[in-house]
Amino acid sequence: MRLTVALPNDSAAKLQEYAHPEMIVTTEWVAEHLDDPGLVVAESDEDVLLYETGHIPGAVKLDWHTELNDPVTRDYVDGPGFARLMSDKGISRDTTLVLYGDRNNWWAAYALWVCSLFGHPDVRLMDGGRAKWIAEGRPLSTEEPKRPQTDYPVIDRDDTHIRAFQDQVLAHLGQPMIDVRSPGEYSGELLHMPDYPQEGALRGGHIPGAKSVPWARAAAEDATFRPRVELEAIYLGEAGLRTDDDVVVYCRIGERSSHTWFVLTHLLGFGHVRNYDGSWTEWGNTVRVPITRGDSP
Amino acid sequence: MSTPTLNPRLQEIVDDFNAMSGKDRLQLLLEFSQELPALPDRYAEHHDLLEPVPECQSPLFLAVEVEPDATVHLFFEAPPEAPTTRGFAGILHAGLDGLNADEVLATPGEFSSRLGLQDLVSPLRLRGMAAMLARIKRQIRDQRG
Repeated sequence: MRLTVALPNDSAAKLQEYAHPEMIVTTEWVAEHLDDPGLVVAESDEDVLLYETGHIPGAVKLDWHTELNDPVTRDYVDGPGFARLMSDKGISRDTTLVLYGDRNNWWAAYALWVCSLFGHPDVRLMDGGRAKWIAEGRPLSTEEPKRPQTDYPVIDRDDTHIRAFQDQVLAHLGQPMIDVRSPGEYSGELLHMPDYPQEGALRGGHIPGAKSVPWARAAAEDATFRPRVELEAIYLGEAGLRTDDDVVVYCRIGERSSHTWFVLTHLLGFGHVRNYDGSWTEWGNTVRVPITRGDSP
Repeated sequence: MSTPTLNPRLQEIVDDFNAMSGKDRLQLLLEFSQELPALPDRYAEHHDLLEPVPECQSPLFLAVEVEPDATVHLFFEAPPEAPTTRGFAGILHAGLDGLNADEVLATPGEFSSRLGLQDLVSPLRLRGMAAMLARIKRQIRDQRG
């Protein structure tokens, strides 16, 4: 039996300000621990080919579209599916899994949220993601790592704590909600592009009462998360949230809002944030749910 | 029911993709992304002449020129950090650039679904390629009046 020593937390000063510093590591930490047994680094991108152009040496690829979704039903993989996926990637239940990706870790945060539905005990985000690693001139490799197959246990997915479904969002109307899409999507104007394929929703606008805080505001220029004090100014100050609020976040299909879920839950210490992954592609297509148009909640 | 035929160059690309296993298909798509020609100066310096394609997940811009003899020339720009989008553009460039306008217009809108990439790339991402083709055709029709 293999004895795995848990990897240490990153002691970088900036991270210690966050509510859960154990959920995030710096590029320096990853570079230092890359060869440690017990660590698997996984890249999760918007672009399905980006990993192939070069990735952190030894990192495996985790594709949201093709691997974390059920191929038929609009849902995530189930317990056996997740166990198969993790086993194929060489990830064990006691692996320290570090996720990173393109676009301010947008998709990496999504992958982390899905891993959290299965309660993977130690999963972290690499602050700054792919962009920061490359900007620092760190090495990339096109070699696909061959990690030995593992035997990841079948864990039931727990949708009760961090995931919200449409009926729950309907019951939540009037309580704190954040729409993390772009201002044009929020107001409803972006669905008016005649003759072009639409982004999958028949109605434009937002869920009544939802405040607009575009997700990328949580990221700094170098793709890292903003320092805690700046995040507090946005979410506690401007948006008026309290850390003990029951909050629902959503976007178009639940990816961008995973990023905000991570910020609120793990960087600011909110106790109850749920990601409504049905998001606008469900809400904007549903008969007779209320919709608000324009710039105001 | 018969499926509409593709021009021989596009058909060859479709055949190449379908002759390969999954991982190799992604590699081929990567090669198309690397072979996408850079923009000529007249577009590189005048970005306003390019049409954005917001249906692609990553930024993509294109321009279409139809010569008096109806030969079509295609120009694309997509950043290197969007290799899938570049790959789709590369396929359209390799399969359609230099053809006659009627041949380009005859390309079936669902041709991207014949590449065997749905399971590897996801239908959502493939939609970007269909949108590029739709915009190319519309520009050709507009330019021919």
